[in-house]
Amino acid sequence: MSAPLLEVRGLRTVFHLADAAWAAVDGVDLEIDRGEVLGLVGESGSGKTVTGFSIVGLIDPPGEVIAGEVRFDGEDLRRAPEARLRELRGDRIAMIFQDPLTTLNPVLTVGEQMAEAVLEHRRADKVAAWALAAETLARVGIASAEARLRQFPHELSGGMRQRVAIATALLNKPDLIIADEPTTALDVTIQGQILFEMQKLVRETRAALIWITHDLAVVAELADRIAVMYAGRIVEAGTVAEVLDHPRHPYTRGLLDSVPDVGVRGRRLAQIDGVAPRLDSRPAGCAFAPRCPRATGSCRELDPPEKAEEGRRTRCHYPLLPGEAR
Amino acid sequence: MSAAGPSQGARPPGGERRAAPIGGDHTSAPVLEVRGASKHFARRPVLAERVLMAIGRAKPPPVVRAVEAVDLAIRRGEVLGLVGESGCGKSTLARLVAGIHPPTAGEVLFEGRAVNSLEGRERLDYLLAVQMIFQDPFASLDPRMRVHRIVGEALAVHRLVPANELNAAIDRALADVGLDATYRDRFPHQFSGGQRSRIGIARALAVKPRVLVCDEPVAALDVSIQSQVINLFMDLRERHALTYLFVSHNLGLVRLICDRVAIMYLGRIVESGPVAEIFERPAHPYTKALLEAIPRISGRKRVFEPVPGELPSPLAPPSGCAFHPRCPSATAECRQTRPELRAIAPARIAACHLLTKG
Repeated sequence: MSAPLLEVRGLRTVFHLADAAWAAVDGVDLEIDRGEVLGLVGESGSGKTVTGFSIVGLIDPPGEVIAGEVRFDGEDLRRAPEARLRELRGDRIAMIFQDPLTTLNPVLTVGEQMAEAVLEHRRADKVAAWALAAETLARVGIASAEARLRQFPHELSGGMRQRVAIATALLNKPDLIIADEPTTALDVTIQGQILFEMQKLVRETRAALIWITHDLAVVAELADRIAVMYAGRIVEAGTVAEVLDHPRHPYTRGLLDSVPDVGVRGRRLAQIDGVAPRLDSRPAGCAFAPRCPRATGSCRELDPPEKAEEGRRTRCHYPLLPGEAR
Repeated sequence: MSAAGPSQGARPPGGERRAAPIGGDHTSAPVLEVRGASKHFARRPVLAERVLMAIGRAKPPPVVRAVEAVDLAIRRGEVLGLVGESGCGKSTLARLVAGIHPPTAGEVLFEGRAVNSLEGRERLDYLLAVQMIFQDPFASLDPRMRVHRIVGEALAVHRLVPANELNAAIDRALADVGLDATYRDRFPHQFSGGQRSRIGIARALAVKPRVLVCDEPVAALDVSIQSQVINLFMDLRERHALTYLFVSHNLGLVRLICDRVAIMYLGRIVESGPVAEIFERPAHPYTKALLEAIPRISGRKRVFEPVPGELPSPLAPPSGCAFHPRCPSATAECRQTRPELRAIAPARIAACHLLTKG
């Protein structure tokens, strides 16, 4: 048994603002193997996006990765020179972002930019690159791919653009795909199509997929494992079935209760009171304590240590027992 | 934006009046009704185009048929959900109902009277009674106004309360939505997204509306904040006996809080009826596809066959049934003739050729 494809240990990313450094990512451990889908879930400001960017070395000042290890296929990416990261990004590691309009170059046709992504990383002639682009577009469910290659991004619909962005990420058959809210801006039927394509791709190519989202339901359907982030930390992680069926962290429980699932018709939603703490005003002790119905004095003073058993991790002084209401 | 005011009782183009607008329960009269309403948007031709059009060398700019011959009734005290994907016309329809846009054809009735015939005091009564809650809690609040002015502006402008009671009324509206009265002197940027939503709701409630038209009111909020605001909507409904038109693409939410739901596709309503029945037994193929596509927390590695294609452009709607290019069971008839809305069960209507075939 070899090491996982990607292993992140103690990742800490801070933002230097006004003489102080605020930790957006505060000691994150992650791992993912080939053919696996990891759902990284959190609300805005939880640090999920910064985690993704930190892994691929895309944090710019005032942000800085100040600690931790990012091991990709045995290679330490944190110590890798920028040139090496450039080589990996877009090739063995691909990223897909929420807004395809900012990913795609507006003055190049779809074919030109897709071919560029191929030629940047391998020796091929232009004809072969265009052919590969057409083939990859077809794989993400784009009809008449040849014609689309000659169009500009603004000529495509939102769903089509996101498919182009996904296809571009897939061109060089990446081993690791980091997707940051790629379907959040799309309609449900289009999201359904993309989830369907992504499931198929992971199955066929055995790529590892990190799906960053705020949507627990998407993760439930797509992922093998889930990591829930709150205030820069992973508060709970495990297989999707374990975490969603038997959440141990009160925050996970609260999130699950506050989602109106289609199968449920009730009168009132359980709600998590209060708001997530801002980066510059995280409380002492457990960051969730001010909103937690189970919090005691020690939660407000002591940072809960991470408890791990058989791949199930929880960061809570008083985790929920199986079957226990919150 | 061009909009010809409809003459009263005018028949909408291409859509004859149906006897019962929606549903079969007539026990409570509709507080708001939309009859054969259409809303078309066209760009004003630029000078060069007008010249070319005059000499017959250019066509007028294309017309977006955002809403096309829609009948809808909102009964007193109910929560009616309006569901559809982006571009289907649901927000435009909500704005017709709230009186923000006048319809291009057809009419909107408030408590049985055509809105465009209302004048003076009566028109003001309608505009105040039907308040709108907007999607973006950032864009819908003036950043240069303090909270008390945002909430109290309509009260002051229309002199709805005596000047010496204005502050008390503002504080009551803030308390109603769970905001502390000490926030009254702050600016919108000093609040979180959830609090800003509450300010928008307080502004609407200040004028004591009877109907709230909510256009994706929680879509911009985080999950844990969404549930707080949704619970607030439910509390307010009971406290003030409000009627809601609730526009949303979030079907889980619609199922949770709505009594009835209407599903829109490309400017038209394709199905409507009681929420529980539609979610359990959707009739229209589009409704089925929509429900099937929603990710569920209970779904584990669910593999389903998604509906292909995308919403067609409202500039060039498909012939026949607008959904036929994406429909798994479309026939030749679907490609040629547009299906009318028909009763398919008590209180339920749908527009699909396949359903009337039995």
